[in-house]
Amino acid sequence: MIEVQQLHKRYADDAVLTDINLRIDSTGVVAIIGPNGAGKSTLLTIMSRLQQPSHGRVRLDGEDIHQMPTRQLAQRLAILRQENHFVSRLTVRELVSFGRYPHSQGKLRQRDWQSIEQALSFLDLLPLQHRYLDQLSGGQRQRAYVAMVLCQETDYVLLDEPLNNLDIHHAVSMMKLIRRAADELKRTIIIVIHDINFAAAYADQIIALKDGQIACQGTPTEIMRTSVLSPIFNLPITIAPYEKHPLAVFYR
Amino acid sequence: MTRSRRLAYAALALLLPLLVLLSLAAGGQWLNPLGYWQHDASAQQVLLISRLPRTLSLLIAGAAMSIAGVLMQLLTQNRYVEPATAGTIASASLGLLLTALFWPSSPLLLKMLIASLFALLGSALFIAIIQRLKLLSPLLVPVIGLMLSAVIGALTTFIAVRFELLQALNAWLNGDFSSVLQGRYELLWLTAAIALVIFVVAERFAVAGMGYDVATNLGLNYHATQTLGLALVSVTTAVVVVVVGALPFLGLIVPNLISLAYGDQLRANLPLIALTGAALTMACDILGRVLIAPFEIPVGTLLGVIGALLFLWVLRQTREVAR
Repeated sequence: MIEVQQLHKRYADDAVLTDINLRIDSTGVVAIIGPNGAGKSTLLTIMSRLQQPSHGRVRLDGEDIHQMPTRQLAQRLAILRQENHFVSRLTVRELVSFGRYPHSQGKLRQRDWQSIEQALSFLDLLPLQHRYLDQLSGGQRQRAYVAMVLCQETDYVLLDEPLNNLDIHHAVSMMKLIRRAADELKRTIIIVIHDINFAAAYADQIIALKDGQIACQGTPTEIMRTSVLSPIFNLPITIAPYEKHPLAVFYR
Repeated sequence: MTRSRRLAYAALALLLPLLVLLSLAAGGQWLNPLGYWQHDASAQQVLLISRLPRTLSLLIAGAAMSIAGVLMQLLTQNRYVEPATAGTIASASLGLLLTALFWPSSPLLLKMLIASLFALLGSALFIAIIQRLKLLSPLLVPVIGLMLSAVIGALTTFIAVRFELLQALNAWLNGDFSSVLQGRYELLWLTAAIALVIFVVAERFAVAGMGYDVATNLGLNYHATQTLGLALVSVTTAVVVVVVGALPFLGLIVPNLISLAYGDQLRANLPLIALTGAALTMACDILGRVLIAPFEIPVGTLLGVIGALLFLWVLRQTREVAR
């Protein structure tokens, strides 16, 4: 369980996050949605200790993550930010094996190789495992990075806009993978996502942020309502029923 | 080890001994190093006091500066950064000059320590600048480093001119092994020890090379690792500048050549980077000894020319790979 308590973040005089209080239970997919500048990515980076809060706490199963030794946290929580990594000439397999670093400190044992093998096959990367990252398409590279954080075998996996730069085909397969990782590998996956329909179709919980504050939190059926979504995005949004999931329509 | 890496090791295993023999032999007086016992006492002295130390220091300094280059590239997440394009060499020279000015009789070890401290401050300043600027193009990063080096270099030259130390300064600014003698190069072994330390903790630097976010996610204390790396690069650079003078481009070309051929797996690459750097430096130095004999072209000058050409080629290749 991750608890965020009275969290504030300010840059100089700008309040990016104001009094965030959250509880995220383990297992399942949690989507954080909201307009640009709502503070979604900032919240994710603070929840993963990449940034310090100005005030407040994030607790992982009761422990303050900003006080915890970073290596210990790396065995329980993984974070992948949007792709702006230094594109190095590592092979996919070499990159994925870095996911074992929190456990092995560089000395890979039998157990680590098994995890690497599993992560590669889970993300369908076995055919690409000996290719260099700079020879891959954006979608393939994104999958390789996701394989690295899954290989870390943490209870919590935080992904910042995992669909960024992916076409609809790759976006759908990425979301299916995230769903499978939650269901089959029993991970709790928290994603920041722009597309509210993807959030509604794949997440168990949705957290909506607006202007640095929590606008609402609930299941997709609770959030996918005109009265909830329209004020958040400042846009008339109609909800149309579609198969099992409500669909937001807002294009015209 | 992949097959192609084995090929590179085989080539170096042939080339390096050949270069070592040539380096022992070449000079104002050509001597056959294998016939050491047949030489008269004075020739034996030349071999023992001058040629052997020179050859050893070429090996060590070439390897150390190449490894310093790859480390600098990991710490800045930029392929085009090395001690010459990060203000490290310029700061070390400034430190040396100030020591020569205020404490001319200080022992070599102390000179080296002060130069290391300056090198560390200069490269830390460089890293602080590039982190604040958030440059869009990776090619701009070394440009900033060159500008910083130019500013520090201008200050250094100004002081040197005012206090008539220009000649001493030029000796540090351009690598030259002709004055290496027994008793005057042993400090270089420190850089060999540092290279060994880097090899032992290579995995940490490889993780740091993926940037703050990824490294922190993997449980690495990024800033501590960065500071350790900068300190190792600074001491290496300072020692090399004190003993033989600056060796430009080595840290840039050698790691990029190896990366192009074998990728970026750090631990597997480090021995190759060290050996290739040693071979290249030694080849340039031998060339410098024979081209205009009985005079010598300083190795720093030749590395500058050959390095620039090689680097242009590497840039072209990298572009093609990236496409």
